[in-house]
Amino acid sequence: MSKAWIVATKDMRIFLRKKYALYSLVIFPLIVGIGLPLVLHFVGARQGGLSSTRLPIIMNAFSFFFLIGAATLPTVLASYSLVGEKIEKSLEPLLAAPITDSELLLGKSIAAFIPPIAAIYISSIVFMVLADLVTHNTLGYLYFPNWTIGLILLLLAPLSAILSVEWSVIVSSRASDARAAQMQGLFIMLPLAAIYVASEVGAISLDTKTLLIISAVILAADIILFFLSTKTFQREEILTKWT
Amino acid sequence: MITVENLTKKFGEVTAVEGLTFRVKEGEVFGFLGPNGAGKTTTIRMLCCLISKTGGEATIVDYQISKAADSLQIRKMIGLVPDNVGLYDDLTAFENLDFYGKLYECPEERRKENIKRFLKMLGLWERKDIRAGSFSKGMKQKLALARALIHDPQILFMDEPTANLDPESAKTVRDFILEIKKQGRTIFLNTHNLDEAQRVCDRIGIIKTKLLTVGNPEQLRESLSKPKTEIRLAQVNEALVSALRKRIPNKIEVSGDKLIIDVTNPDKENPTIIAAITSSVGQVREVSQLVPTLEDVYLQIVKETK
Repeated sequence: MSKAWIVATKDMRIFLRKKYALYSLVIFPLIVGIGLPLVLHFVGARQGGLSSTRLPIIMNAFSFFFLIGAATLPTVLASYSLVGEKIEKSLEPLLAAPITDSELLLGKSIAAFIPPIAAIYISSIVFMVLADLVTHNTLGYLYFPNWTIGLILLLLAPLSAILSVEWSVIVSSRASDARAAQMQGLFIMLPLAAIYVASEVGAISLDTKTLLIISAVILAADIILFFLSTKTFQREEILTKWT
Repeated sequence: MITVENLTKKFGEVTAVEGLTFRVKEGEVFGFLGPNGAGKTTTIRMLCCLISKTGGEATIVDYQISKAADSLQIRKMIGLVPDNVGLYDDLTAFENLDFYGKLYECPEERRKENIKRFLKMLGLWERKDIRAGSFSKGMKQKLALARALIHDPQILFMDEPTANLDPESAKTVRDFILEIKKQGRTIFLNTHNLDEAQRVCDRIGIIKTKLLTVGNPEQLRESLSKPKTEIRLAQVNEALVSALRKRIPNKIEVSGDKLIIDVTNPDKENPTIIAAITSSVGQVREVSQLVPTLEDVYLQIVKETK
């Protein structure tokens, strides 16, 4: 078994025992997966309801929430994973084991990446099914799946989650507790929230072309932060400055 | 087994360790004694390839700590008990050991066998499925010991393994160290505890940034402190002491009803001293030999460097 995977499975086991980490993995997807279709249902049921021209815009905007989730949830786990080692002072025996810095970083990243992405994917399926059920009569066709949510889930969400993990590595190296790391880690969400607001006020349209441009920008940020995070995540740096 | 040549570590302008040179033989328990901030932990961290050296070199078996390729090999053959146990509180005792066993590429059968063996030896087998977070300090220290041995390392590095433990737990840990010493493992032990060093170590190095001396506990005591003879008298007065000072050349200290006299060869000098006292009309009640302790040696050496 790869050493990165050994570290990842150990961290994921710990997450499952931390209520705070577990709740964050369940609550956000639950709100987005079930809460948003319920909003569509209740707003649609009111007199006047939602028109068939307005619904696709709202549903595209709602799809964007999965992207915000993909950027925020890994922050919670990555902070626990990295700052947790610092708090429990478990870095010294871990670094004394025959594991390379990159294996350790990869393991930590996998642990912070897989559970949120899995939660996002499961809740997106629930969201698509429920949203289609609620809007089918008004639209006359099944709105999901479509290219927009496909791009968000398969391209933008993983890229944003990677960005979030890398950012958390950098932030965690300076933070003294998990909450502080999470707070600083959440800054990564701000550009995405700005895009969401821009789409809501009609400044940009979340069409395929725009989403591909956003993906390219996030990919570039991923590459830059990858080099920065690997520079931060070095044995001596971790041991003398993180502890 | 461990060869250290002129090893130096600086953190910016601060020199943590300077010019260390010593060897640790296979199967030996080598103790590192020194005050806080003397560079003990820094030395262990360099030898375990956790931090880089600034100067000099060290080899563990045939591998150099400065070579990146050798560093991984070194880490495979050593075990470390750090000063902070660093266990995962949310994992059980078994899971903590199993995780490290996997990291050290211990085959499953051997891993499980070792977990059982060490947990039983340390009296933790019944608690194998309990989270480490609920363990007492002593139990955590024992678990950290088992973790360091899970892959059967040739060399074990221990940084203050009995610090802050209650006497009973400290004894269990010390007995365990003696037990693994019998298995022929090489042990490098950082300690504050002079009694522990004396009981457990074959040789001791006293460090205060620089290595001040190295030797076995007996040699250190003999080489650095003169023996003293303590004589309790019925009465000590100024006349007696000044009469005695005229008769014998030895340094005499007075402490209550006792005379403490520096001697070089007690067997030869004590009868002469006693004869000098009785001829000065002193009444001897008790004669005892004061053997310098390792603590005397340690304090003397550290004091000399101030």
